[in-house]
Amino acid sequence: MPPAPVLETHGLTVRFGGHVAVDAVTCAFAPGELVAIVGPNGAGKTTYFNLISGQIPASAGTVMLAGRDITRASASSRTRAGLGRAFQLTNLFPNLTVRENVRLACQARLGRGFRLFSLASDDRELTAEAEAILARVRLASLAGQTVAALSHGDQRKLEVAILIALDPLVYMFDEPTAGMSADEAPVVLDLIAELKADAGRAILLVEHKMDVIGKLADRIIVLHNGALAADGEPAEVIASDVVQEAYLGRDLTEPAPEPAPEPTPESTGETPHV
Amino acid sequence: MFFGRLISGDRPGSPILAIVLIAILLGLAFAPFLFPGTRSLDTAARICIFIALAASYDLLLGYTGIVSFAHVMFFGIGAYGAALGLDGLGRGFGSIAIGAAGGAVAAAALAFVIGLFSLRVRAIFFAMITLAVASAFAVMVSQFSDITGGEDGFSFKVPRELTPAFKIADGKLFGVSLNGKLLLYYFVFTGCLVLFLALLRVVNSPFGRVLQAIRENDFRAEAIGFRVVRYRIAATCLSAVAAALAGSLFAVWLRYAGPDAVLSFEIMVDVLLMVVIGGMGTMWGAVIGATLFVIAQSYLREVMGALSDATEGAPLLPDLFNPDRWLLWLGVIFVLSVYFFPTGVVGRLRGKD
Ligand SMILES: Nc1ncnc2c1ncn2[C@@H]1O[C@H](COP(=O)(O)OP(=O)(O)OP(=O)(O)O)[C@@H](O)[C@H]1O
Ligand SMILES: [Mg+2]
Repeated sequence: MPPAPVLETHGLTVRFGGHVAVDAVTCAFAPGELVAIVGPNGAGKTTYFNLISGQIPASAGTVMLAGRDITRASASSRTRAGLGRAFQLTNLFPNLTVRENVRLACQARLGRGFRLFSLASDDRELTAEAEAILARVRLASLAGQTVAALSHGDQRKLEVAILIALDPLVYMFDEPTAGMSADEAPVVLDLIAELKADAGRAILLVEHKMDVIGKLADRIIVLHNGALAADGEPAEVIASDVVQEAYLGRDLTEPAPEPAPEPTPESTGETPHV
Repeated sequence: MFFGRLISGDRPGSPILAIVLIAILLGLAFAPFLFPGTRSLDTAARICIFIALAASYDLLLGYTGIVSFAHVMFFGIGAYGAALGLDGLGRGFGSIAIGAAGGAVAAAALAFVIGLFSLRVRAIFFAMITLAVASAFAVMVSQFSDITGGEDGFSFKVPRELTPAFKIADGKLFGVSLNGKLLLYYFVFTGCLVLFLALLRVVNSPFGRVLQAIRENDFRAEAIGFRVVRYRIAATCLSAVAAALAGSLFAVWLRYAGPDAVLSFEIMVDVLLMVVIGGMGTMWGAVIGATLFVIAQSYLREVMGALSDATEGAPLLPDLFNPDRWLLWLGVIFVLSVYFFPTGVVGRLRGKD
């Protein structure tokens, strides 16, 4: 018997005016499983993430985390309940240091926010943890820099570091390697592989590069026009008609010809004040 | 080491800045002896109080990224609290404590209600609400003249130990008579120092780090699990309490409370300018901004009078430096300083323009 799912969506739907961006998606994610989510630009992948992590309210359907209905919960309480989300568009604290960005995530996880009269710098345990995580994502040497001064690739790595610091039950990565150089991307992908290996966590990964998916994923789900078009073993999903059709005839078995253009802010729905 | 902890490890970050700050501290600590005279002592006390007030405003504006126009209202609530305490309960330190505590609690409660109703929505809405509440409050204070003395305000007696009539010892120390006025100054100085150090601690606490995260990116702060609204409300209440306590000290110093002195919108603009000129998001900026501002406000007129006399006979200049134009010059100085130091004096000294 497969383990009980840690995350489930039932008939999850959102409408923007008349446009159904996510259309009754029912899907379950088990601990220890890495599920790739694919679909053409505008298919609703990021919006599906936004519904799960609470950035936008659902029009219909439910989201269950570890058996609990979190459909109406705020984004912050979902995070505290164990949902970790990295963003497609880098979304950090730009004028704070790299170390402080990760430290804040550790602080949030430990619920150490309302300490008013102790010194933040006295919490060496937190600093040490943040630095250990930065070492894992190969950012240790940049710990003292402000985030605004980092390259795009390093900012993407910091996104991953923050997610690791949250130590969630469910990791959600939205195109974590988008715009990264060929030598940087493997750092992030190796980390994701590590996360998959070391903990019984579920990992949701939106990714366009088929070679990456083929290597990492245990399962693939396909979104097309907001609806779930396929769900199954990688090889079988990639070969299926529905994928061929969803990608409009694009050959998905070809190793990563960088199929997707860079997303624009308008197309992702990730405006930071939804 | 001890000193480092006293300032919560928040080092000024520039040698020049450190020297200026130490000079300000020593200047204020020994003001009665270094700058004898009623007028300069009054300036020194105002500097102390406005440092505390500007610092409490920076907690909100510079650290949390919240624009409020009600900050001086909280200052006024504290001032009226202490004033009513002394007026109603008699001239004792207990009356000051009760009045100040009452003012602080009232300020916190009002800040909480304003925050609860408006911080959930957009930031601009909060700014507008604070503006409306502050205006309504000022009107109320002038309406309830039975209690508040209306537009004229009211004077009251402070504890005898804090008046010139009280002699600590016979004779003088460095030419300064040792009387209650001296004690009053040190009462204000100590109160403001404690308030400032407490605020410095708060911004360097784990809580202070969360406030900065919210200022930087509230969306992400929420996404990593912080309940942003709660932190914003807490910051609003804390800064209101600090402002109220500064207001209580100010009322005791003035032995008077009235709308023009503790509640006017002009003071609100002054405090905003102090924080911006000194440098937002650093408590040291409040020190620099308040000191510069109060000194300019107090002495610009004299300097201009002197300049006007000195340029006697030259065309136009004496007129331009006419002391009556001091407000114009103050304005010019502020525009120039904001233009040339967009990150404030502190930002400039730290080389972060
Ligand atoms: N807040 C919003 N308001 C209106 N429409 C939105 C909103 N968010 C997303 N959409 C629309 O929903 C659709 C799905 O967008 P989404 O960003 O989820 O696609 P995606 O699969 O992540 O695409 P990409 O591969 O480009 O990242 C798009 O048509 C988009 O314009
Ligand atoms: Mg997307």
